Amino acid sequence: MNNSFIQINNISKHFADVKAVDDVSFEIKEGEFFSLLGPSGCGKTTLLRLLAGFEYPTSGNLLIDGIDITALPPDKRPTNMVFQNYAIFPHLNVEKNIQFGLRKLGLSSDEIEKRVKDVLSLVKLEGYEERFSNQLSGGQRQRVALARALVRQPKVLLLDEPLGALDKKLRDEMQLELRTLQKNIGITFVFVTHDQQEAISMSDRVAVMNNGKIQQLSAPNDLYKNPENIFVSDFIGETNFLKAETKLSDGEFISVSIEELGEFKIKNNLNISANSTDVVCSVRPESMMISKVKSDWDICLDAKIKQTSYLGEMTRFYVEAKGIDKIITVSSQHFDNQSFENNECFISMSLEDISLLNKK
Amino acid sequence: MNEKNNTLLIYTLLYFGFLYVPVLFLPIFSFNDANYMSFPLAGFTTEHYEEMWSKRNLHKALWASIKVGVVASVVSTTIALFAAKAFARYKFRGQKISYGAIMMPFLIPEIILAVAILIIWVNLGFKLGLVPVTIGHTLFCTPFAMLILIARIEGFDFSLEEASRDLGENAWGTFYRVSLPLYLPGIVAALLLSFIISFDEFILAFFLTGSDATLPMYMWGQMRFVQKLPHVLALGAVIIVFTTLIVLLAFWLRNVGQGKGKKDIAIKI
Repeated sequence: MNNSFIQINNISKHFADVKAVDDVSFEIKEGEFFSLLGPSGCGKTTLLRLLAGFEYPTSGNLLIDGIDITALPPDKRPTNMVFQNYAIFPHLNVEKNIQFGLRKLGLSSDEIEKRVKDVLSLVKLEGYEERFSNQLSGGQRQRVALARALVRQPKVLLLDEPLGALDKKLRDEMQLELRTLQKNIGITFVFVTHDQQEAISMSDRVAVMNNGKIQQLSAPNDLYKNPENIFVSDFIGETNFLKAETKLSDGEFISVSIEELGEFKIKNNLNISANSTDVVCSVRPESMMISKVKSDWDICLDAKIKQTSYLGEMTRFYVEAKGIDKIITVSSQHFDNQSFENNECFISMSLEDISLLNKK
Repeated sequence: MNEKNNTLLIYTLLYFGFLYVPVLFLPIFSFNDANYMSFPLAGFTTEHYEEMWSKRNLHKALWASIKVGVVASVVSTTIALFAAKAFARYKFRGQKISYGAIMMPFLIPEIILAVAILIIWVNLGFKLGLVPVTIGHTLFCTPFAMLILIARIEGFDFSLEEASRDLGENAWGTFYRVSLPLYLPGIVAALLLSFIISFDEFILAFFLTGSDATLPMYMWGQMRFVQKLPHVLALGAVIIVFTTLIVLLAFWLRNVGQGKGKKDIAIKI
């Protein structure tokens, strides 16, 4: 396994005054399912297009498997792409679409036939050879786009929000299927999405991007549990931000005054400086507990439910808690909106679920 | 409400009558057994068509018009294709000015264009003939061809070209295997309409032909003699039928393969 299979070195891409990608460096491992995640306009698609060769960087260089591809045109790169709108050639049928990229590889006609047959069975589209793009469903088009890229056996498969156009149920199915497919064939996948759930559920590692920069690059569970900044904490999952101020630091822990709740000793993973007002605490709705009676957790507050929304697998409560001057969100699988008398309740949190972040 | 609808109906009928009744007289009188265009009709004959068929000069003029039309439509469609692709696909400096420059012959009075070409051509010491007519027609047809092609290319999904590059084709291969087949209906429509425009064109031909008449020039020449009028009517009737067929074909082709939602783009010309 090559840990620096794809090397992205100080890549910037400017469009006029806009820094779409701003001095980004990281590496992608061979055989990894790697996601670029971020809101629209964060630079993720530009970065993917730089890898594909549709854009050339303003500065920096790109290497795949040790070869500098920075200046190579798309047709000379060991990458293939699944486009957001699939870009199936409308004048060619499924079979011709899949064969399209094989012509220049110098394969025998037997080999071409075999590869097309294999890839069709891989994406479960046997029997659809003669169909045209307008005779296919969204999911089938997505499979054709996948087959057309994979049949060339690229070193890296680039996917530009390929599931965006599918309905929810089909998207969930395709997520699983793509993940299984990737594990089976072992090709490195670089997957672009704005859907955090999608990125988290499929990827080995995720790079969260915003304003052309990588905000955090880590494994999905780390992203969720240990966000490194306020953007990641907000973008991945849901969270409540609490006003905070740091006091004295003693190495691993730091004293933090949170809202009107008092001072607490919190783990200082991000080496945040003492005596700073430029910090915030984040606590996730599902890490808090809502209850009818007082608990013995680190923090337990009298609270009043302002609004509830029933989501099936859980209920979300919007509560006003004593000592916190904004509505906070708590989710619970054990209670629903009928459970509380006069909307009186207690909410509890444990210090290890509170993360301390820099505001900027 | 009903009354209003009737007014609209009468207006519509008048309008279409105004458009097409004069044109219909041509075929009617072309079968009339008389030299004059006047009622009552004298009787049915195909004599004028036989006469038309036997005229050597008419054949020569027809052949000249076809040559001019084919060359002018092919050259103008080629120029227009490159220009349309550039305008529809890219943003570049001087885009609006160069668009305006190509559209100019569309707006300049034809007679001025004709005089300008005549002066330059003669001053350069060249002889008048079909060559300057072809050049003039090319200039004149290019804006039409470009409008048709821009309409076709604007609705084009350029990620198809990127997909082709991604799948290992170079720029020319991509043009040949992806762009060209998808532009083809637009290209054929542009060719047909350019050909028709050139085929019908009179003013440029009048100034620039010298001794080689094109078909409209030939018709103009025959109009001076009363006894020759009927076979010109026959010729006119044949031309109407053919141009109508070609224009219908061109319009149909222009919309082929464009999704329903994109039709409005195709028709906006």
